[in-house]
Amino acid sequence: MSERILYSYTGLFDTPDEIIGAASKTAEAGYTKFDVNTPYPVHGMDDAMKLPPSKLGYASLVFGLSGTIAAILLIVITTVVDYPNIIGGKPFFSLPAFIPIMFEITVLSASIATVVTMIIVFFKFPNNAHPMHDTDYMKAVSSSRYGVSIQADDKIFSEDQVKDFLNSIGAKDISPIYYDDEEINFKHNVLDLKFIGGLFLLAIIVSGTTYFALNKLMYMTPFNWMMEQDKAIVQSTSNFFEDGTNMRVPVEATIARNTKPYKFKNDPEGAAKFLVNPVPGNEKNLELGKKKFNIYCSPCHDNYGKGESRLRGQFPNPPSLHSQKLRDWSDGRIYHVIMEGQNVMPSYSSQINETERWAIINYVRALQRSLNAKESDLQ
Amino acid sequence: MSSVDYTKEYSVVEGSPRLSEIEDIIIRPLNVKPDKKFYMAISVTLTMLLIGVISLGVSFYYGTGMWGNNNPVGWGFPIVNFVFWVGIGHAGTLISAILFLFRQKWRNGIARFAEGMTIFAVMTAGIFPLIHVGRPWLAGYLFPYPNQHSLWVNFTSPLLWDVFAVSTYFTVSFIFWYVGLIPDFATMRDKTTNALKKVIYSVFSLGWRHSNRHWQNYEMVYLILAGFATPLVLSVHTIVSFDFAVSVLPGWHTTIFPPYFVAGAVFSGFAMVQNVLIFIRKIFDMEHIITLDTLEKMNKIMMLTGMLVGYAYAMEFFIAWYGGVEAEQFAFVNRAFGPYAWAYWIMVSCNVLSPQLFWFKKVRRTIPAMFAIAVFINVGMWFERFVITVTSLSRDFLPSSWGYYSPTLVDFGILIGSFGMFFTLLLLFTKTLPVVSIAEVKAVVDGAQPTHGDH
Repeated sequence: MSERILYSYTGLFDTPDEIIGAASKTAEAGYTKFDVNTPYPVHGMDDAMKLPPSKLGYASLVFGLSGTIAAILLIVITTVVDYPNIIGGKPFFSLPAFIPIMFEITVLSASIATVVTMIIVFFKFPNNAHPMHDTDYMKAVSSSRYGVSIQADDKIFSEDQVKDFLNSIGAKDISPIYYDDEEINFKHNVLDLKFIGGLFLLAIIVSGTTYFALNKLMYMTPFNWMMEQDKAIVQSTSNFFEDGTNMRVPVEATIARNTKPYKFKNDPEGAAKFLVNPVPGNEKNLELGKKKFNIYCSPCHDNYGKGESRLRGQFPNPPSLHSQKLRDWSDGRIYHVIMEGQNVMPSYSSQINETERWAIINYVRALQRSLNAKESDLQ
Repeated sequence: MSSVDYTKEYSVVEGSPRLSEIEDIIIRPLNVKPDKKFYMAISVTLTMLLIGVISLGVSFYYGTGMWGNNNPVGWGFPIVNFVFWVGIGHAGTLISAILFLFRQKWRNGIARFAEGMTIFAVMTAGIFPLIHVGRPWLAGYLFPYPNQHSLWVNFTSPLLWDVFAVSTYFTVSFIFWYVGLIPDFATMRDKTTNALKKVIYSVFSLGWRHSNRHWQNYEMVYLILAGFATPLVLSVHTIVSFDFAVSVLPGWHTTIFPPYFVAGAVFSGFAMVQNVLIFIRKIFDMEHIITLDTLEKMNKIMMLTGMLVGYAYAMEFFIAWYGGVEAEQFAFVNRAFGPYAWAYWIMVSCNVLSPQLFWFKKVRRTIPAMFAIAVFINVGMWFERFVITVTSLSRDFLPSSWGYYSPTLVDFGILIGSFGMFFTLLLLFTKTLPVVSIAEVKAVVDGAQPTHGDH
């Protein structure tokens, strides 16, 4: 037994008042490497032991601020620099919308880091090899008693003096705590075959599971159902419709919205005879006709209908709209030309609606009258 | 106990038990074999859980068309349940962090259990946004990581704030809980005679030695964590309310939502904690640790938050009228008198009227009465989320796109399953970990602190 290395001498107390007194006396006697063990934090013990205030707050501050900075960098790099998107018409850097996530990341990083710092840096935990474990002293302080432990590596430690000192402050059950030989002599062996084998097995399991999940599982039922959907895809063969195409032909006699079937297809004479201009030639309709004429007709017919094209020879010039032939045409005959085109002029039925067509005809009549006025116009 | 002198501060633990008695009582459920009642309880909760699992299986095999969610009401039960469970989780952090900062000693007896409930409630809540996306195995896209699409998540969206808020809340609550458990693991390690338990407790106690040099930092970390958790708990339900308030839908687009949601969360969370504690203190003989005084204080908090919620209901109506926005006015009239009027009036009678009974001291201190009221509160708070989510969506600006939402059997199956999961975890918790913090309760027993000093 005498070969065992002494860790500390301990004494137990029964009430919180006693332990506070004992702690302050121990500190006053000049011991620095001593500790008080209590089942719960006892108020006033830090002063009695003359402990400096905890420095844990600094760790929180540093890690919390790092979290804030990391969060704002993450957000700015992703949403302002790498892939800027306009969201809700706001600027790319819209700080108010970033604050919630900055706050959450700050709290998260500060909380985790403070606790990890406390456990690993301040406490040097996990440490189940400490000599105090499994002693009667530990069992007592972990349940209902209060203990003082003076360590053997203290500068003024000597076994007899400490025993007397503990007696003098009224400690009960004074006992030494020794290092455990087995714990001290235990050596970690990183190259142990079992350890390496375990690591290897772990690596295979992790990589195998990941490979399976990403490359196989996602292509199995029902995980692949986003790719296989029962819907008709245009331009592909249909298994559902008899004719084998997915695109459907409208029902016969279906017409597009805002269109009327044109009765006088390939029948200019019919159009000239039967179509009547329903749009009165008032100021409003002439304005409309002028506007549409200038947009759709004037590139070739020019603004006055003389046929002086602005296309500078890239397209044949049309004949003048002021010829006797055209002046003699009925409104319906001109309407037919707008609907079906003539010679190289294409149909304008899809660009100009019915009212606009008649309004343009009214405007063309006005243009014709402007160059070939009747006597009565002068009055 | 009918005459209580409120001018005197009573000890929060009745009968000044010895320290070793406290740990004996708290650890006992861990050492005795589960009895018949436990097996009966867990078979019920496991059946509920199984119903939920089957409903989820059906949902994923056939698709989310199995639910009642339809075109105007895209947020049906999943979001209602999510908000409900996140709200339940709020009491735990409030008790463990905010009441700690206010130095309310009575919290010590119930903090551990309430924190456990927080963790389980947030776990339960987390299921719902995942299943609501329809393909929960693709949930990784919610986190900003460099992916093959070269796309990032939208950091200005409240839905993403939610991802961060809820995951942070879960992590911090879990750390808080574990830090509180470390000294208790050490106590159990030194007390147990079972070799396997000794190994488990030793590992989780990390080698804690009850050293005062450690207690000093430990108390500091507890203070820091409480300081972080307090704004965090307020932020979580604020952000959940942003999911609604940041949209432009009438009935959602209101600035009262964050405080209103936080009050509602605390309200429902306390009701749930009170309900479960009533069973725990009876079954585990902890009536002197979780005292009637503690329950009464919780009832008072419920009454306060209930009135806050009632004020919010009234203020929503007032602002709808005062603001003069027609769509908003219609939304609120529609809530109270439209097709969902039944849900609205269940909500009002449960949340606003029933807690008013707590004005009577007799009701505050009678176990069956307070239990019934707390059950009503939870029913009412579930309906509150239902009313908010469904009424606004079902009738928005365009009458041509109005609709009516009715949940399906699968929806109810998932709701039952969520309760099953929550209570199964709670039951397992009571048998595996100390449901009351040993070290914290020891610290507030009569005579546990030195008589001298300036504290």
